[in-house]
Amino acid sequence: MIDISESVMQFLLAFIIVVPLLGAGAALLPAPPGLRGTGPDQAVLRHGVTVTGAILVAAIILVIGFDHDQPSRMQATTDISWIAALDVRIHLGVDGISLPLLVLTALLTFLCALYSYFKMPSGPSPKAFVALLLVLESGTLATFAVLDLLLFFLAFEMVLIPMYFLIARWGGGERQAAAWKFILYTLLGSVVMLLGLLLIGLKSGTFDMVALATDNGRGLTASTQLIAVLAIGIGLAVKTPMWPLHSWLPDAHTAAPTVGSVLLAGVLLKMGTYGFVRIVLPIAPDGMRTFAPYLAAFAVVGIIYGSLACLALAKQGAGGDLKRLIAYSSVGHMGFVLLGIATMTPTGVNGALFANIAHGLITGLLFFLVGALKDRYGTADLDTLAGAAGAALYGRAPRLGGLLAFAAVASLGLPGLAGFWGEMLALFGAFNPAEGLNRPLFLTFMAIGGFGTLLTAAYLLIVVRRVCMGAIHQQQETEPAPFADVQRYEFATWSPLVALTVLAGLWPAVLLGLTDPAVQKLLAGGKS
Amino acid sequence: MITATALDPHAATTDAGGLAQAANQPPVSELAGGANEFASGLTTLSASTPNLVQSVDWLAIAPPTIAAVVALAVLVADLFVPDTHKRLLGIGAIGGLLLALLALVPLSDGDRQTFCLTTAPETCSYSADHFTLAIQLLVLGGALLTALLSLNDTRRDLPAGEFWFLLLASAAGAALLPASRDLATLVVALEVASLPAFALVGLKRGDRRSSEAALKFFLSSVTATAVTLLGVSFVYGTTGTLHLTEIATRLGEVSGQLDTLAKTGVALTLIGFAFKTAAVPFHFWVPDTYVGAPLPIAAYLSVVGKAVGFSGLILVTVIAFPGYADVWGPAIAVLAALTMTAGNVAALRQSQTRAWSAVRLLAWSSVGQAGYILVPIAAAAYSSDDQIGATVAYALMYAAVNLGAFAVAALVARTHPMNRISDYRGLYATRPLAALAMGFFLLCLAGLPPGIIGLFAKVTVFSSAVDAGLGWLAVVMAVNVVIALYYYLQWTAILFRAPEGAPEQTTDGGGVAVLRAPSAITVAIALTATVAVALSGYPQLVLRFAATSLF
Repeated sequence: MIDISESVMQFLLAFIIVVPLLGAGAALLPAPPGLRGTGPDQAVLRHGVTVTGAILVAAIILVIGFDHDQPSRMQATTDISWIAALDVRIHLGVDGISLPLLVLTALLTFLCALYSYFKMPSGPSPKAFVALLLVLESGTLATFAVLDLLLFFLAFEMVLIPMYFLIARWGGGERQAAAWKFILYTLLGSVVMLLGLLLIGLKSGTFDMVALATDNGRGLTASTQLIAVLAIGIGLAVKTPMWPLHSWLPDAHTAAPTVGSVLLAGVLLKMGTYGFVRIVLPIAPDGMRTFAPYLAAFAVVGIIYGSLACLALAKQGAGGDLKRLIAYSSVGHMGFVLLGIATMTPTGVNGALFANIAHGLITGLLFFLVGALKDRYGTADLDTLAGAAGAALYGRAPRLGGLLAFAAVASLGLPGLAGFWGEMLALFGAFNPAEGLNRPLFLTFMAIGGFGTLLTAAYLLIVVRRVCMGAIHQQQETEPAPFADVQRYEFATWSPLVALTVLAGLWPAVLLGLTDPAVQKLLAGGKS
Repeated sequence: MITATALDPHAATTDAGGLAQAANQPPVSELAGGANEFASGLTTLSASTPNLVQSVDWLAIAPPTIAAVVALAVLVADLFVPDTHKRLLGIGAIGGLLLALLALVPLSDGDRQTFCLTTAPETCSYSADHFTLAIQLLVLGGALLTALLSLNDTRRDLPAGEFWFLLLASAAGAALLPASRDLATLVVALEVASLPAFALVGLKRGDRRSSEAALKFFLSSVTATAVTLLGVSFVYGTTGTLHLTEIATRLGEVSGQLDTLAKTGVALTLIGFAFKTAAVPFHFWVPDTYVGAPLPIAAYLSVVGKAVGFSGLILVTVIAFPGYADVWGPAIAVLAALTMTAGNVAALRQSQTRAWSAVRLLAWSSVGQAGYILVPIAAAAYSSDDQIGATVAYALMYAAVNLGAFAVAALVARTHPMNRISDYRGLYATRPLAALAMGFFLLCLAGLPPGIIGLFAKVTVFSSAVDAGLGWLAVVMAVNVVIALYYYLQWTAILFRAPEGAPEQTTDGGGVAVLRAPSAITVAIALTATVAVALSGYPQLVLRFAATSLF
């Protein structure tokens, strides 16, 4: 939009990756005089807000400076040799695919830092909390910005340790076990992924993603591509997560603090699907073509499985935890993303990328809301919360209830809100999959996926009915009398998500205009 | 020049011969002074008349020689230094090791050879190539850190003179080993490195476990050495030479009836070195020996002892027996897989509250790490590319961070002599910097960011396996990395937990009296941490070995 010189753009991109790391180091040091605030805890939390805020501003300037006429071109690229022995280069750049994810990450991390400033999760000192949050941000931003396979792996791994500690230190019950499950699953997946990445790098002679994508798999034999896609696919599928490799996710979400859940669902899961789009599709298309039907099959099983699990949890008397329910709904939503990718068509992949962002916004909001509910009621257990008649959130805290209903409706994919377009496009892609894929099979997948949307609507509406509706029991003495509605800081953290959900729903071209040219180029490889 | 060569092939050959001759003259360096000129004078002489006196390039052999000379000097000085000044011996030993490390600097071109046959100047017994220099750096650096860690112990528990002599003698042997290019030198170096180590393990006077550990170590090691010697004699019998490069060419021409003998010889030679790396099934001595030995000696064995083993293994496999790659390749691959699995599984089973569990865990994990170190050697059998660099790079990384971990363990052992893993709980509250360093070392060993160097060292090992087509070994290693992560991360997590009894919410300045850390240990931790952080920022420093041919 505005012409910002390339070197400034380069600087900004490097800035958003390096500064969180420096900020993390600074968070461990005592606050300098003049910035002490009311106490060490307040000072360090404020430090977190400042740093993530600066990153968000830098990301927004990056968007402004991004050449929107050529979103398929890599912009703000830096390419420096780092480890010559392994041919690892610090190669950074953004295009229409990574830019929205960068902004989403910067935004969600900032909102999380802001939320924690007012509502620090209970646990040890906030110093380490802020430092880990910043390392996490740096790792996720780096994942979306690097263009070197080994660097991608490094960034992919970088988020593990901070997330482990966020869950294990500041989480709820069963947090140790959940944190272990999270890190062991992901690590096992990612070492297998490393083998696939190495195979590609060694057989083709370069780790550069742009060169490999331009090559479009021509330098790799069919069997190499098959093994590489299988290995990389497993690593990414654990992260996404794809059914049946998802079982770490519900536990991690249930145990994680609110902020951890938001970042896990909003950003970390996207690293898996981003890897599919950025690495697997363009670099090994032949291998992907072989595995696409299987991926699609697992994806639709995930959609149905996630919805059925949610229905079971939402049922009265099932003792379902709301956070666990939203985690399972993530499995379903990510199923749509994977289905879109598996079609290997521009429509499907665009839908997948759109659904990615939408899921980040909506599920981020849902986790914030459920976290707020848990703080107020002291539990996220649906039965304790709602009882037989319903929790009557509309009556007690109308704004909170309204927001929850809004997020649920957005999540089920109501047209006009962000959740709709991605799933619609993914299904549409399955209607007419890429050449070489079995169309009747994908039509079946489409039909099953469509049925999945109905199930999604069903459980989300049940949740809304049980939590938001119902009559207020006047006779209960134990009732916590003053039941706080949405606080000002909560409003501040949630409103950007609400606004963006509406914006993306009403004006999907904002996102699709960015992603579509880049996707077209990726799928065509060097041919265009 | 080109036209002349084309026209007159005879002239070209004489020309090339002259060049080769010139290259064999040891370069007369300004630094070496008289000794070198004398040596080159000898070679000139030998060129005209057959002479049995081999030339000696003193500069090339300086690193092990300095260590050996200082060892003797310390032993003699021990007789004359009064008890109150025994500390000077340690400082002298550290100075000697520093000097030996400095002597590596002028050799950095890596093109020197000495003790060459006067009849065949290409065949040398001592070579200061890049492989040698990298391993010598590792060995001498490891010995230096061991010396720093021992500086306090020698004041109280250990006899100073003997200790420093044995340590330096062992380091001299270990530094000689990677340079040796004939089997006799190799075995002598192996024994010079090992024999003092037995004594070092048993040096804690009046400690039953220490003597028992030394005996275990001694018996199993000596058996392995005997087997190696038998193998060496078989190889010598079939080929008629001890020089590694000569063996490589002559093993190809072994007559049919001696073929079995040659193969047996190759296999038996390898066993001895496999023992030194503590590869399965020769690993049972490790945990008991590490626990029984003084802590710095356990650190020394885990780094320098292993370096001795795998550099010997590399020399015999890659240089001496390349023709038998189809025999030792699969054997080492299987050995690597078994070693890493056995080590990691045993480390996983360590209970946190058992006495000396920290050292036990480090011991078992070092067995696991030895498995990773073996992977590129196995890959070298399958691939024409040079894979040995990956082993060297990994070993350098492992040496720095493992010694660092032992340094922190030595610090903790001062307040918690039982050295249980649970004793590390809340280390961050009492010694934040030591805890951060320990966390970093453990994550480097696990190979997870922020331990970037550990990650990329593992990536190089993985890539050598993938490159050689050893997919199954890469997958076994991947599973092992995950197993190892579990216990390393568990330990890391303990460091940052609130101390026992204290509430989760710690307040700053709790007034816990912290014993002042001895400066030598602080220096050791700072040194290893600096190296690890510098390597993480710029991994090329060690990984460059992986990209070039070292020999």
